[in-house]
Amino acid sequence: MNKEVLTARKAGLIACSVCHLLCPATPPERTAKSAKCPRCGATLRSRKPDSIARTWALVMAACIFYIPANILPMTVVTSLGQAQSDTILSGVIYFVQSGSWPIALVIFIASVFVPLLKLFILSYLLISVQRRSRSRPKDRTRLYLITEAVGRWSMLDIFVVTILVALVNLGALATIQAGPAALFFAAVVVITMLAAMSFDPRLIWDAKEKMHE
Amino acid sequence: MSAMHLMACHDCDLLQKIPSVPEGSAAICRRCGTMLMQNKPKSFQRPVALLFAAVILFIMFNAFPFLTFKKEGLEHQTHVITGIRALADQGMEALAVLVAINLLIVPGLHLLASLYVLVPVSLNRKVPGMFRVFWYLRIMQPWHMVEIFMLGVLVSLVKLAKMAQIVPGVAVYSLTAFIFVLAAASAAIDPHEVWERWEGPQ
Repeated sequence: MNKEVLTARKAGLIACSVCHLLCPATPPERTAKSAKCPRCGATLRSRKPDSIARTWALVMAACIFYIPANILPMTVVTSLGQAQSDTILSGVIYFVQSGSWPIALVIFIASVFVPLLKLFILSYLLISVQRRSRSRPKDRTRLYLITEAVGRWSMLDIFVVTILVALVNLGALATIQAGPAALFFAAVVVITMLAAMSFDPRLIWDAKEKMHE
Repeated sequence: MSAMHLMACHDCDLLQKIPSVPEGSAAICRRCGTMLMQNKPKSFQRPVALLFAAVILFIMFNAFPFLTFKKEGLEHQTHVITGIRALADQGMEALAVLVAINLLIVPGLHLLASLYVLVPVSLNRKVPGMFRVFWYLRIMQPWHMVEIFMLGVLVSLVKLAKMAQIVPGVAVYSLTAFIFVLAAASAAIDPHEVWERWEGPQ
């Protein structure tokens, strides 16, 4: 990997984040905050602003919300005066016991596994960038792209709750209500999505360039 | 279009020269492997037609009955909006707003914004604020969750199968068709082609 590499930033250029046009960065680069793309007028930034600090803040917030999301009830079923509450995990266990393995797996992956995996991957990427790690940048970029693409599927459980709440609404006979965990869980999904968006994968490659200088 | 085209990778910032990409193929970053650009068949008719079909399907899945709950003579019919309203009634307004954004507002705006850009561009006209609309489209994209909702329908059907009979209505089929039509439309849109038309001779 000793090929000569030239990044847009080294060449004094910024790729517009909206229309991909290469524009000259007005020197000095730090004050390029007000520079606009001549073609589309979007603000030009060589790297996402305060990427590491923002991503860390969002990752930590998501970690905190992840706890009540798993402990508190997701749905409360009231049938003939009897109330029964279900958490995310007890919903998964219900499907396993009733023999619906594939559905149990889908919910487990979307609601438990993916949010945790996202938090671990983002933390790992942040730490590796902060320690200026140069190992396997290609694989880390791929890890980031997977994290970004897969995160939205965690909303599955929120939609299931929405549909159940609409369908099982038979007055005294049976009703399903959304529990407080639904709110915390939705917050986890939204915050981890924002965290993935605020991370800049170009930081992974910047450590490599420092080495060549 | 020039034979060689200078571009910076969006994921690793590497500057590279890209030869003109033949129709139907894509250019990939030589350092990190991210797709840089794709040359799709040059036609605006196909995406515009698909987008109009998607508008009709969007109206259909909102207007027609969605799922019906049947048990021992009891019948409870729902629409797509019913769940959102029920969440709001239970004091979960924030959740209701989030679901409405992901399911109705973003998909609706996405359709309008895409048509706003593509119809004039296909007629070789300039579109005021086109890049701003592109920016909005890009920001909205991850929050467009109709296909995830569809998986949610499937899970709910399995969950309630033992409790009652759930009858899918027209909205379920329209929603399914909407997902495929919209996917086909976005697969047929080439944003680079749109931007080049903006710069090209008017």
